[in-house]
Amino acid sequence: MVASRAIGSLRRFTASRTLRCSGYICRSFTRSSVLLTRTHLNYGVKGDVAVIRINSPNSKVNTLSQELHSEFMEVMNEVWSSSQIRSAVLISTKPGCFIAGADLNMLNACTTSQEVTQISQEAQKTFEKLEKSTKPVVAAINGSCLGGGLELAISCQYRIATKDKKTVLGSPEVLLGILPGAGATQRLPKMVGIPAAFDIMLTGRGIRADRAKKMGLVDQLVEPLGPGVKPSEERTIEYLEEVAITFAKGLADKKITPKRDKGLVEKLTSYALSIPFVRQQIYKKVEEKVRKQTKGLYPAPLKIIDVVKTGIEQGSNAGYLSESQRFGELAMTKESKALMGLYRGQTQCKKNKFGAPQKEVKQLAVLGAGLMGAGIAQVSVDKGLQTILKDTTLPALGRGQQQVFKGLNDKVKKKTLTSFERDTMFSNLIGQLDYRGFEKADMVIEAVFEDLNLKHRVLKEVEAVIPDHCVFASNTSALPIGEIATVSKRPEKVIGMHYFSPVDKMQLLEIITTEKTSKDTTASAVDVGLRQGKVIIVVKDGPGFYTTRCLAPMMSEVIRILQEGVGPKKLDSLTTSFGFPVGAATLVDEVGVDVAKHVAENLSKDFGERFAGGSLEMLRQMISKGFLGRKSGKGFYIYQEGVKNKNLNSDMDSILASLKMPSQPDVSSDEDIQYRLVTRFVNEAVLCLQEGVLATPTEGDIGAVFGLGFPPCLGGPFHFVDLYGAQKIVDRLRKYEAAYGKQFTPCQLLVDHANNPNKKFYQ
Amino acid sequence: MTSLLTYTFKNLPSTSKWALRFCVRPLSSSSQLQAAAASQTKSKKTLAKPNIRNIVVVDGVRIPFLLSGTSYKDLMPHDLARAALLGLLHQTSVPKDVVDYIVFGTVIQEVKTSNVAREAALGAGFSDKTPAHTVTMACISSNQAMTTAVGLIASGQCDVVVAGGVELMSDVPIRHSRKMRKMMLDLNKAKTLAQRLSVISKFRLNFLSPELPAVSEFSTSETMGHSADRLAAAFAISREEQDEYALRSHSLAKRAQDEGLLSDIVPFKVPGRDTVTQDNGIRPSSLDQMAKLKPAFIKPYGTVTAANSSFLTDGASAVLIMAEEKALAMGYKPKAYLRDFMYVSQDPKDQLLLGPTYATPKVLEKAGLTMNDIDAFEFHEAFSGQILANLKAMDSDWFAQNYMGRKAKVGSPPLEKFNNWGGSLSLGHPFGATGCRLVMAAANRLRKEGGQYGLVAACAAGGQVGHRSLIGASRKLFS
Repeated sequence: MVASRAIGSLRRFTASRTLRCSGYICRSFTRSSVLLTRTHLNYGVKGDVAVIRINSPNSKVNTLSQELHSEFMEVMNEVWSSSQIRSAVLISTKPGCFIAGADLNMLNACTTSQEVTQISQEAQKTFEKLEKSTKPVVAAINGSCLGGGLELAISCQYRIATKDKKTVLGSPEVLLGILPGAGATQRLPKMVGIPAAFDIMLTGRGIRADRAKKMGLVDQLVEPLGPGVKPSEERTIEYLEEVAITFAKGLADKKITPKRDKGLVEKLTSYALSIPFVRQQIYKKVEEKVRKQTKGLYPAPLKIIDVVKTGIEQGSNAGYLSESQRFGELAMTKESKALMGLYRGQTQCKKNKFGAPQKEVKQLAVLGAGLMGAGIAQVSVDKGLQTILKDTTLPALGRGQQQVFKGLNDKVKKKTLTSFERDTMFSNLIGQLDYRGFEKADMVIEAVFEDLNLKHRVLKEVEAVIPDHCVFASNTSALPIGEIATVSKRPEKVIGMHYFSPVDKMQLLEIITTEKTSKDTTASAVDVGLRQGKVIIVVKDGPGFYTTRCLAPMMSEVIRILQEGVGPKKLDSLTTSFGFPVGAATLVDEVGVDVAKHVAENLSKDFGERFAGGSLEMLRQMISKGFLGRKSGKGFYIYQEGVKNKNLNSDMDSILASLKMPSQPDVSSDEDIQYRLVTRFVNEAVLCLQEGVLATPTEGDIGAVFGLGFPPCLGGPFHFVDLYGAQKIVDRLRKYEAAYGKQFTPCQLLVDHANNPNKKFYQ
Repeated sequence: MTSLLTYTFKNLPSTSKWALRFCVRPLSSSSQLQAAAASQTKSKKTLAKPNIRNIVVVDGVRIPFLLSGTSYKDLMPHDLARAALLGLLHQTSVPKDVVDYIVFGTVIQEVKTSNVAREAALGAGFSDKTPAHTVTMACISSNQAMTTAVGLIASGQCDVVVAGGVELMSDVPIRHSRKMRKMMLDLNKAKTLAQRLSVISKFRLNFLSPELPAVSEFSTSETMGHSADRLAAAFAISREEQDEYALRSHSLAKRAQDEGLLSDIVPFKVPGRDTVTQDNGIRPSSLDQMAKLKPAFIKPYGTVTAANSSFLTDGASAVLIMAEEKALAMGYKPKAYLRDFMYVSQDPKDQLLLGPTYATPKVLEKAGLTMNDIDAFEFHEAFSGQILANLKAMDSDWFAQNYMGRKAKVGSPPLEKFNNWGGSLSLGHPFGATGCRLVMAAANRLRKEGGQYGLVAACAAGGQVGHRSLIGASRKLFS
């Protein structure tokens, strides 16, 4: 308060001139006479400013579809030909969305790369016209401005964005395996500099308005408003429009120049980048980094670098041409189809198919303040859910509370939260050792140790104190929920919620329903999961559910491969180069050797020979030596605090040597090893669909990619079968079956797909 | 935000006889009735509450409010507070030993005198047996001081309380950084030379960067000016409207000053400088001049400027509050009743400055009055935009229905009864001292203009606090 006044008083003494936005007075104008209604756009004229408002009907978001595109051209032609109009404002009247990107259906409908290139070139032409407009156009951005939306905005002469959390600018095309195809590869480097442009386009990350302003991506910020005599959102958009109009007028009157002052660092950087040698170094460096990260599995980032380079080194004509052609090529790649499939799947798994629960969960309780329990608590309290975190000992509880605090505090350090917001969120967490307050709980999620007897005891204890409507959810990775529910007085309220570690980073939540679980219980669990920001798959109960069940045979194969003499490092590099984010041996260390053994033993009891392969003896011996993986500091690798490059654990040599098996040369090439792992995974996933554990292939893909790190470029096991060909997979399985037996026998559904090439999981 | 209802005692006869007449009054019922009939049309209520003592403001004073960095700049907050206390003693001739308690409000605390009420009281020669405490509630700190006094008297703890407020913006505590402070404290604990050296060795140059008092709202990290600009935009209040309102405030203040209406001011002889006799922030300008200023917070298109915001101010104020029977027994002719008050809070982000809107209908309802019953409105003017936004909000059914949970708007106060002698925009706004000024302005206006009820309101930082007091001027009761 004080300082604000201080600033105010200081202003008195500063000179008072410069742009006093000439038109600001005209805040309350009258509606203009020209008001033509179109489907996606309408525009009116205020004074000499055309205000073009975008609002696609029957949709939560505006997308850059062909109709919108042609309507926009129509309107712009009118603007350009009208003598009355001197400038224009482009704004969306849809709350929380400027333009969320190009219409993906439009791209999917294309069957050849030429068609896609065509679309790209049309957009390029429109945006070039817009860029060269003699009448200034101001993009007034409120809400998501992504992909094609950003490309449209940066073609305008000026950009004003609301400083709202929902206002995010970005080029997420790379995440869909394509590139920005409407000029962004050419305009962004000029606008924000080559390094920043690469960063935007190669990471696809969303940039908040204030950061965008600093980068020079937007020219002005507008603060979102609180309630006035209208709802905040409505008034904020109106205000944004008013401000944008003053700037449009200023630009038309040449009182404002769209150029911004660059800082010293920026000037130096842009000077450095004018030297061809420096630019070459940058291309080289970025390319190296991309190759290292993508392992050559994703073509889009490399093409983006290439297109940017072409534009800068050979001029924009060559750049635009290259952009449209590469865009067309990328849109036809398997990778892009897989990634777009995942994107659609992710959208589907962010909806509650089971409807709204009868009673919204307001009070949550989490049992067990371990890694999982605290993680679950963290993703709950930061969404405003009241959460009790219960453990049995004070040190264990304290560790969990600290974990939650640290998770929130890290966001403060990254400036995505203020310390005050952190404190309010942390106040949603109540740590305790007893069952006080459980009588008000709407849902209890237990995350105690994976032991059936313990889970039974906890369930009985909890049921004695919770109200009738309260849902009991078990966070387990392998214990069948039905078995846990046997001791329950109310099995319809018992459900499985399988979170993935680390909970605050992993997007997936696997919800497991038993035959007795009621629909409302499921709706409630999905609702809570969605509020926690999770992508959700709902699967049927069974040993290992879906995710653990798919992982187990692959893990069994990992052990066999190690026994056959392939070293952990080699194995890791084989799996990561196939597209897995984490190497297979490292994965065992991360999961924990004891957990892996526990799960493997349980599942092999249920599934018998199909889950056999490597000898569990290896895991047993590791446990007996205390090599539990990362948590104990030693597993296949040695883990030390602060040491980045992990070294092999040399004590493993004797274990590996003692369990060594002869390898079979005809199925032990690098590629065979990769496919032995992947086909077992895929076969089991398809079997899960066949058996009805999975309801849809989409959920199978989402679960595999977001929960287990199945290579995203393959789109998940089902996309993989579709894109790679069921026949080829069955052939591989048969080959390995010949060498190892039943573990590789393809399941019936897979065989059906192989026999009938028209059968696809995704039509 | 606060509001107080004041009654003035305009038509009272001279003080000495007054007490006597009061006692006699119930007996002379006929004349009483006649007198009452005239004002009955306007208000039927005395606002007196059964079983609760009537509480009166005997009188109140303030030292001139000055732009910070001017004549008071070398003083300390307790110097200003002491001056206000001495002025009150002089004005009311109240014997020091009658005062049961002293409460002061302040916002930016001088760490040396964190209980500034006590330091000022001792310095002013009050008995060292008189307890004193300091309260803080942002811009309504002295409202809080006064209502604390009301509470002390109503509950029978005290009969006579001095309430006041002080702020010295010419000097604010600027601290060493936390790292530096930690090092200095560690150094204090270090016993041996080696330990000291090891502490000193941790010193880094950046430890020397100072820590200023919070610029922004702690919870939202937004400065108040910024918030005011957004508020003005939310209610679609133009720069011109804001400038016009600011000009009105300055013009009215100037007139009040010239006509000698600001009678609560007591002169202050500043050591080493000339005697200060009047406020120095009243500067009526022209709309053209004001239009030239650049926006102070939201640049380059915002609407809040230095000219339409209140400025940093030094000042202090004090009022003498008593139980009615005590005042009468001592032969005083009190200036006003303090009738009802109400504090409210709301969202610190978007409704930081909307307290008056929330509090007004509540306090009116509590007192059983309507807007029409009020003769003098005294609202704290933090920013033109804030005042105008509040007026619009009070006049909006939509706002009342959607944000206040009311069926209809309360209506905005008529401008001809509103801050007629200037406001914080022109007179200045020493955070901790403004509340008492508002109450005295309302009381003096009721006496001068012949009204019966006054309503005081202010908004404050921290989200919340709309506090309004109803000040009842009791012409009817006592005439």
